Amino acid sequence: MSNIPELEQILSDIRTFDEILGYARPAPAELVLRGRITKDMIEEISRVKGEPDWMLRLRLRMLELFEKLPMPKWVNVAAEIDLEALAHYVKPTVSKAKSWDEVPKEIREYYEKLGLPEIETRALLGLGAQLDSEIIYFNFKRKLEEKGVVMLPMEEAVRRYPDLVKRYFMKIFPPEHKFAALHGALWSGGVFVYVPPGVKIEQPLEAFFFISQEMENQLEHTLIVADKGSFIHFIEGCSAPRFSRFSFHDGMVELYAHENATIKFTTVQNWSRDIINFNNKRAVAEAGARVHWIEGSIGSRASFTYPSTVLKGEGASTEIVGITTAKGRYWKENGAKAIHLAPNTSSKIINKSISADGGVSVYRGLVYVAQGARNAKSTVSCDALLLDRESKNITIPHDQVFEPTAVVTHEATASRISEEKLFYLQSRGFGEDEAKSLVVLGFVDDITKELPFEYAVILRRVLELEFGKYGKVG
Amino acid sequence: MLEVVDLHVEIDGKEILRGINLTVKNGEIVLVVGPNGSGKSTLFQTIAGNPKYVVTRGDIRLDGESILELPPEERFAKGIGVVFQAPVAIPEVRFSVLLQAMVNKKEGRKLTDPAPQIIAEARKAAAELGLSPSVVERPLYVGFSGGEFKRSEVLQLALTKPRYALIDEPDSGLDIDGIAAVGKVIDRLVSGGTGALVSTHYARIINFVRPNRVIVMANGAVIHEGGSDVVRRIEEVGYRQFFREMGIEVEEAKVE
Ligand SMILES: Nc1ncnc2c1ncn2[C@@H]1O[C@H](COP(=O)(O)OP(=O)(O)O)[C@@H](O)[C@H]1O
Ligand SMILES: [Mg+2]
Repeated sequence: MSNIPELEQILSDIRTFDEILGYARPAPAELVLRGRITKDMIEEISRVKGEPDWMLRLRLRMLELFEKLPMPKWVNVAAEIDLEALAHYVKPTVSKAKSWDEVPKEIREYYEKLGLPEIETRALLGLGAQLDSEIIYFNFKRKLEEKGVVMLPMEEAVRRYPDLVKRYFMKIFPPEHKFAALHGALWSGGVFVYVPPGVKIEQPLEAFFFISQEMENQLEHTLIVADKGSFIHFIEGCSAPRFSRFSFHDGMVELYAHENATIKFTTVQNWSRDIINFNNKRAVAEAGARVHWIEGSIGSRASFTYPSTVLKGEGASTEIVGITTAKGRYWKENGAKAIHLAPNTSSKIINKSISADGGVSVYRGLVYVAQGARNAKSTVSCDALLLDRESKNITIPHDQVFEPTAVVTHEATASRISEEKLFYLQSRGFGEDEAKSLVVLGFVDDITKELPFEYAVILRRVLELEFGKYGKVG
Repeated sequence: MLEVVDLHVEIDGKEILRGINLTVKNGEIVLVVGPNGSGKSTLFQTIAGNPKYVVTRGDIRLDGESILELPPEERFAKGIGVVFQAPVAIPEVRFSVLLQAMVNKKEGRKLTDPAPQIIAEARKAAAELGLSPSVVERPLYVGFSGGEFKRSEVLQLALTKPRYALIDEPDSGLDIDGIAAVGKVIDRLVSGGTGALVSTHYARIINFVRPNRVIVMANGAVIHEGGSDVVRRIEEVGYRQFFREMGIEVEEAKVE
């Protein structure tokens, strides 16, 4: 991979991915709101952000919902999360920069270690980087502006395009449980994108989220609206150093693909082992639109992610690809939901997971087909690779099909790197570690191929690091 | 020189090989024949270094040095290439990825570095072996017919040219054209200096490769050594009659 030498260098010098960022060095913050979630706290956040009234009212409605709605009962770490102990708003002491040179060195380093500025130059048309609760770096290429694309930090979009934002914000994902409502009440940061009709953005845009301290709650909101016949690929990445305690992440992504638009949304989740990661991700696809989710769930101590698509218009389609690694005593849920509301809609869910050292990967999914969604088609395939006997995969598919002409199929496989496979590869000259990384990389090969080159490199390297040096097969 | 000296091997505590002696020199072909269950595959697995096969006595030496303590990958690195009778399927690994990684490993590159030249060579070699060139794109041995995986295994030898090629039943599952193609590859390797140890059931292989020696195994031991005429006689009269003619007693129960 000689054409990204610096990135390759960074990646080849480390032995485990967690080493890149090491232990936490909290970024200086000028305002920290910690403790009980009250009307006062929310008013303070809204005031600091200089928000219009409608957004404050939305937040307060969400607070009411938060108090009423149940905990998401399937989240098995919910009891551990003492919301009152968390800092729900952490405003860093840096102002927003348009160039990396303007970002103070000790903060820039976080992102440089992850190769972000370099990736931006090579592969991205726009990038917003968030530190704790606020976007601290934001830049995009002129080309986008010329095409009429709007890309803004979420707060700025709220101020400058209220009518546009209002139409979608928390309407694609109206809260059904406490964590979604909590997000609505406290959201901070994230990126807004609007793509005008027929505009195709040939290179991806990215938002990157970084948590610098423990006992923090990060709640960025990403909203992408793709108008008729447009195309966009948006990437979100995230990372954090190691903490002695944990931090919580409760982000939301809302996507709206109008008629015949295509949205591809790729997540490369690389939280450290001390993040509890909860996600609210939902898309709406109008007639002929296409939504393609790729959820790369690499890091975190526990993750609960269910990219969902509501296939609202005739002929809309979605592909929801999940790739999960669970190495160590971690719990990683990476599910999917496809809601078929119109005829001739189709969904394809592909979920792959690798578990090792007692890790648990979970696919929790829903395929819903409403009556009248004639000839709806859905295929779900889940493949789990287990590297030892302590590790587990749990597959919880759920179908609710109310349309007789719908066809919904499921496939699930679980495999191991058996001693026979290992010996065969060893007899072909590969050491045990090499043999394992060949199997692991091969297992996810079809998925890494869908990622932009730089991300494919990162993902492959992470997998090599995580599973190549993996101990004896049980 | 590859030497097997008084080799005793157990699987799960049961003795399978009971004192095998044989040598293979560079540029020579040694044929191993014997009825089903006589221990041929066990011999190949043991030389390859399969940890399930426990050596209780004796030695395996390469150029005078014991390789018993070496893991399989180091045996391969020293030039021992083994074709197994029935290799395992590895759906995660594409055949082309394996070939690429083998060559990268040999040349000290990253396993996953692209090596388009090797893939092109592999496609050519595949065609020569009567395989569709697209076979290299398939996941390893998933749904391969008996003939296909045999040829694919031999293809690996053709590309990696090991110093010693140990081929367990290259002819089973193959039609006559397949045997001819495989024979040609073995011939070419051997004229390039490779020493070949080839096991077989069938006499017809000697129409395609000319063994320097033929070793007859039964019940985990070498019971006879000779030339190609041994194979022809066995083909004519069968193992039982052959053993009788040689005045060799073989416990019937052991012959499957
Ligand atoms: N994995 C194994 N576990 C137990 N017994 C085995 C195993 N592999 C081979 N054997 C036994 O070892 C003997 C030799 O088998 P094998 O080496 O496969 O003979 P051949 O290749 O000559 O047909 C047979 O009796 C067979 O049943
Ligand atoms: Mg055999």
